[in-house]
Amino acid sequence: MLNFIIRRIAVAIPTLIILLIASFWLMQTAPGGPFTSERPLPAQVLANIEAKYGLDQPVYKQLWDYVVGILTQFDFGPSYKYKDRSVNDIIAQGFPVTLTYGVISFLVAIIVGGALGISAAIRQNSWLDYFAVGVTIGAQVLPNFVMAPILILVFTLWLGWLPGGGWNGGQWQHIIMPVIALSTSYMASIARLMRSSMLEVLRSNFIRTARAKGLPERTIIWRHALKPSLLPVVSYLGPAFVGMVTGSFIIDAIFGTGGIGYFYVNAAFNRDYAVMMGLTILLGSMTILFNMVVDILYAWIDPKIRL
Amino acid sequence: MALLSIRDLNVNFQSMDGTVEAVKSISLDIEPGKCLGVVGESGSGKSQTFMAAMGLLAPNARTSGSVMLEGQEILGRSQNELNQIRGRDMSMIFQDPLTALTPHMKIGIQMEEMLNLHSNIRGAEAKKLCLDWMNRVHIPEARARLGQYPHELSGGMRQRVMIAMAMLNQPKLLIADEPTTALDVTVQAEILDLMHTLKTEENTAIALITHDMGVVARMCDDVQVMRHGQFVEGGTTDQIFSNPQEAYTQELLSAMPRIDGDDVRPDISPDAGTVLDVTDVEVTFDVKKPGGLIPRTLPLRAVRGVSFDLAEGETLGIVGESGCGKSTLARAVLQLIDPTQGSVAWLGRDLVGLSKSSLKPHRKDLQIVFQDPLASLDPRMTISASIEEPLKEFQPGLTRTQRLEVVADMMERVGLSANMINRYPHELSGGQNQRVGIARAMINKPRLIICDEAVSALDVSIQAQILTLLKDLQAEFGMSMLFISHDLSVVRSISNRIMVLYLGRVVEMASRDQIFDDPKHPYTMSLISAVPVPDPKVEASRQRIRLPGELPSPMDPGAMWRFLPSRKPEEGSVEMPGMTQVAPGHVVQEHDSIEDIHRLTPQA
Repeated sequence: MLNFIIRRIAVAIPTLIILLIASFWLMQTAPGGPFTSERPLPAQVLANIEAKYGLDQPVYKQLWDYVVGILTQFDFGPSYKYKDRSVNDIIAQGFPVTLTYGVISFLVAIIVGGALGISAAIRQNSWLDYFAVGVTIGAQVLPNFVMAPILILVFTLWLGWLPGGGWNGGQWQHIIMPVIALSTSYMASIARLMRSSMLEVLRSNFIRTARAKGLPERTIIWRHALKPSLLPVVSYLGPAFVGMVTGSFIIDAIFGTGGIGYFYVNAAFNRDYAVMMGLTILLGSMTILFNMVVDILYAWIDPKIRL
Repeated sequence: MALLSIRDLNVNFQSMDGTVEAVKSISLDIEPGKCLGVVGESGSGKSQTFMAAMGLLAPNARTSGSVMLEGQEILGRSQNELNQIRGRDMSMIFQDPLTALTPHMKIGIQMEEMLNLHSNIRGAEAKKLCLDWMNRVHIPEARARLGQYPHELSGGMRQRVMIAMAMLNQPKLLIADEPTTALDVTVQAEILDLMHTLKTEENTAIALITHDMGVVARMCDDVQVMRHGQFVEGGTTDQIFSNPQEAYTQELLSAMPRIDGDDVRPDISPDAGTVLDVTDVEVTFDVKKPGGLIPRTLPLRAVRGVSFDLAEGETLGIVGESGCGKSTLARAVLQLIDPTQGSVAWLGRDLVGLSKSSLKPHRKDLQIVFQDPLASLDPRMTISASIEEPLKEFQPGLTRTQRLEVVADMMERVGLSANMINRYPHELSGGQNQRVGIARAMINKPRLIICDEAVSALDVSIQAQILTLLKDLQAEFGMSMLFISHDLSVVRSISNRIMVLYLGRVVEMASRDQIFDDPKHPYTMSLISAVPVPDPKVEASRQRIRLPGELPSPMDPGAMWRFLPSRKPEEGSVEMPGMTQVAPGHVVQEHDSIEDIHRLTPQA
């Protein structure tokens, strides 16, 4: 296990370096820059600004300074667009918000999706099964940019139960709607995966053995069938978790929650290289981390897998 | 009173296409301490009869009639009531031991579950009882096995665990559904011995569901023959074998090839030229070794230095247990896997190391028929398109009409009717699909056909038809054959010469009659003695030749010396036992006598 983690980290470092170089290069080659606008700045002013941020240096020198900054001081550099704020400040402000509603959405998606999928599989072809399949199809076809305004319409404008936006330090009233909007489609995917894999496991030979032993259905489901049927779900959970905790531009834009999803998309529009790069590295590291967690979970579920 | 008494049992399955009658008015009785063999081919309803008795039928099944266990009706009981009976009064074991145990639970825990359910035995006492049964089914290092996961055990071991688990509560009835079909012959023999002991010592009644008349002859007191869900014939084993009344029973008995049969396979004339000359072929795979900071691989020597030749029109049978390298050798001969070493000379030209494009002209002459007929055909191609495809590749001059004519001729030749040309593989039976596979391989009149377990998945009567077809085709077209099978009786019925493989090495090679009448190597002897003969009188008088220990892992460097313990070299030596010629055309690997092997092998 420890060896596995060390091996994975050893592979993660070159992966991150390649990610860094590739995204840096892509942004440098795209025409324009953070300080180009419709009305060009006077040449002298532009040169001064570029000198301040080090943009007059050769590209390899910029990249080198950037990497050295990260490694020695954990400094992702200043934002080009938000004056007097560093990338570290932006992450420190936005990431906790995203992490909060992301983790809650993740838990909701697993618990509701898992329960729905398992109960649909156990009662295959019953009204419960048809209901679950119907709900999950509906939830999957409804995009969150449609769902979010509907939620605001119903709960804020009509019923007046919940605030229509903002974060307010993470009060629970402000969390509910972002979580529903973000988790629904993941919940639906998990339910569908869970249902089909549970159905497959329930048809397998070892379940027949368990029945022949005289085990009650409850024990068969929880002790014999659940763990193997989690395999396909777990492989989906890695990317799903990263998708949820790395933020959603739509959630941040519609509910004004101020998570990193909003900063990320704006950074791309504004050519805010530093913010863009910082967030890319953050997301890249999280993706690598959660894929590793998924592999460890795999080994826990299936004793044949040795890490 | 009979222990289990089934009367007028009907089982129907409701499906979208209507009702399927799987079991039609079946009646049978099983007495305590007796073994009833229920025999039939696929679709005979033999398994469903007993699934009904266990209450394990699929939800869309409907039953009528009566199933009485010790005078109590089983049919129509609720799942809760059935759960009281299953595993306590009657237990069941299944065909495929590899998938029959829950993969993520340790063996000891799965066994203790049985005791927790049906008895008051708990804790240390339960562990002791599990261990006791593991020892009784002859599992080596039983204590350690209880803490292992199913995948850490071989198929034979897992079937023993299944039996031990089924017997924990000392049920009165053990239902065994094809318990040895997926196992090697020597392992099959061990499992059958074990069940026989249970019957005599525990007075357990056994229902043995099988298609194998040899297994019936060895095990059963009574037999019931089923076909298409219906009763065909029943009686004592002696009656059924010595005086079968029904044509179908006679057909089943005669279809089964016997290792003691008096059929002859003429030797190939010594003038026949050599077509294939295989010298010292080795195939090594890299196996990943788990753990460690830097991942390492270990070499697995699947085939270690095999040499043989094959004459024009000759059939060489290759036998051996699973993991002995039979299929790897076949693929190496065809260059479907690159041999690590050695040469494969086809008509005097070495194929090893040839590029794909220079191999291609030879492919026309080198064909293979695989084990699973359905899986080896493209499901999206009609069978005639599959058969036709090699023609397009190798005889591009033919017009479409000419090709279809050749295909139609070949289909007729292999016994497929002309109206099947537009059928898809899933619409055909296993036997028909295997005929398609053979037609596809034969269409360009190859000079060598490799049959890799080509009849193993088929019912006995279909198997007999396919074997006859192969022999007829060989007589007509004169191709050579490599016939690979784990089934010695089948290999015997078709081969001129036979090669016995053990862990990637030839241990004995001789003409078919030399191998069966005068086997020299202990491994060959143990294989032959383990094959059941479909005749209860012969079975009663046969002596089993047993070897000490289990089939070792191919990774174990000492495994090669299992039959020559007197000269086992130091650890790390790469030396291997040599070959000696005992008679013209009969070569045997050096070995000790069976007594010496038993004496010199440390007991586990």
